[in-house]
Amino acid sequence: MLSEFLSHFNYIVVIFLMMTGLYVVFAADNLIKKLVGLSVFQTSVFLLYITMGKVSGGTPPIIEKSYDSHGDGHGGYGEAAGKAAEVLYSNPLPHVLILTAIVVGVATLAVGLALVVRIREVYGTIEEEEIDRINYAFNVDGVDEAASGDNS
Amino acid sequence: MNSHMILRVVGKFLIPLIVIFGLYVHFHGDFGPGGGFQAGVIVAAAIILYALLFGLKACKEAVPPSWIRIGMTLGVLFYVGTGVFTWLLGASFLDFDPIHPDIDHAMGQHIGIILVEIGVLLTVATVMVAIFYAFGSRQPEIMDEEQDF
Amino acid sequence: MILAAAEIGVHPSATLILDIGLMAMLAVVGIAIVRMRSLFAVVMLQGVYSLLCATWFVSLDAVDVAFTEAAVGAGISTVLMLGAMLLTDRNTSQITMRKSVGPLLIVILAGAALLYAVPDMPDYGDKDSPVNTGVGMQYMETTPEEIKIPNVVTAVLASYRSYDTMGETVVVFMAGLGVLLLLGLNGNAGRWKAQVNGQDISTDYAPVAEVLKSPGDAPKITPDEVKADAEPPKRRGRPKGSKNKPKATTSKTAAKKKIPHGKSKGRQ
Repeated sequence: MLSEFLSHFNYIVVIFLMMTGLYVVFAADNLIKKLVGLSVFQTSVFLLYITMGKVSGGTPPIIEKSYDSHGDGHGGYGEAAGKAAEVLYSNPLPHVLILTAIVVGVATLAVGLALVVRIREVYGTIEEEEIDRINYAFNVDGVDEAASGDNS
Repeated sequence: MNSHMILRVVGKFLIPLIVIFGLYVHFHGDFGPGGGFQAGVIVAAAIILYALLFGLKACKEAVPPSWIRIGMTLGVLFYVGTGVFTWLLGASFLDFDPIHPDIDHAMGQHIGIILVEIGVLLTVATVMVAIFYAFGSRQPEIMDEEQDF
Repeated sequence: MILAAAEIGVHPSATLILDIGLMAMLAVVGIAIVRMRSLFAVVMLQGVYSLLCATWFVSLDAVDVAFTEAAVGAGISTVLMLGAMLLTDRNTSQITMRKSVGPLLIVILAGAALLYAVPDMPDYGDKDSPVNTGVGMQYMETTPEEIKIPNVVTAVLASYRSYDTMGETVVVFMAGLGVLLLLGLNGNAGRWKAQVNGQDISTDYAPVAEVLKSPGDAPKITPDEVKADAEPPKRRGRPKGSKNKPKATTSKTAAKKKIPHGKSKGRQ
């Protein structure tokens, strides 16, 4: 059981963080807090990918230097290729996928934040329950009752 | 104004270094950690730091929004243009080998990677600054009545 | 735990201790994000969380990713969130008991389901796992021969998978466009340029503005409406009314009639 736990501890942490993010997305009323929860969730997915690409005793996937592009190229690359076989590297593919995902993630987060700012300007609040109430009042009564009812 | 004096003096000194570091990260991306994405974010961070220290207005004079608009599109065009360029050389889209005849040293690949990363750098840096400009210059028109906490 | 690890053959190393420490800090920050009410604290904790992740990425050999996460997650996204916070709200409401039961149930169920699947996953750091035997490791072998640059991540990113990166670049560009459409590069998208008695009026494209330009109309709507709009509760509905109105209004009389009722108009 313990060995199972130790060899899979990364997944357990990822699941814990993922569920934390999911809980914030579900339970939080505030739209910005929801977005923070979403980014916690997102980062846990990043961690899942990166931990799966980790090789014990590996090094970062930067091939050790013996590239001399000015001298005899073939010798240099041959040497490098030889070295690549000896040294243990971590998997570069998850890194590539996550690298781009992080930048795209912040760009889409900005879109979400922009939407929240616009929602705030129209509704005067970013609490989801309040927004629902205002919407409900508009739809049912056609009167701005929810907005004029409370003075928070 | 005076309370930011130290920040401003240090910032003024650091901002060019941050931009140079960003360019280093970009052009050294082949050999160490780095690349267009990181470099773009670092350059954008330098511009945002300038805006935070000296105000958005000064920043918009230094880096006009029109540059940002042009840079966004130019970055994507640069990337796609590299692909089209390799098309014109007779290879498939974004196949960098024919850019340079020195196949042994894969010079074509090196040049192609740097070209493509320049596109990424431009897009990422300008998009980040554009997003910051958008959020920063939005006037909080209903702010005053919210100071009730 | 470290001793137990040594007994069963997992080598306790400095990195394992570091990993466990970082994991504990991540978990604590995650819980703090759930419990905090001040939005400022939540946003700053999100930056801390990103920085901790970046640290762990270094320990996981993903230096490029750590670099990006530190610059983007802890730097830019914190600034953006603070900017958005400035435009919206400072505090959040408490998560009430009633509201937290449902989400908690879902989260526990989903977490249990995921935990049930964990034993099937490859071991941590296993170099023979399906993840690490496929195309990813092939790149390590082909890069020195084909691309000839040391950083394999860059080689894969910009050469082997440059289509992918092109798509990502376009996505970043589109996201930037989306923000510019929503807020505007100078922060005035969707915002009317002129404000007449609290109603936002665009001088260049809202038809109602043409009406209000003529001097005769101005005093008729100004005095009491300004007062009404100055009251905080009524402002909630105001921009919505103003947004519907200019589109619907074409004639002079319609504009005059609708402005006083703009607030009470239902949303279509």
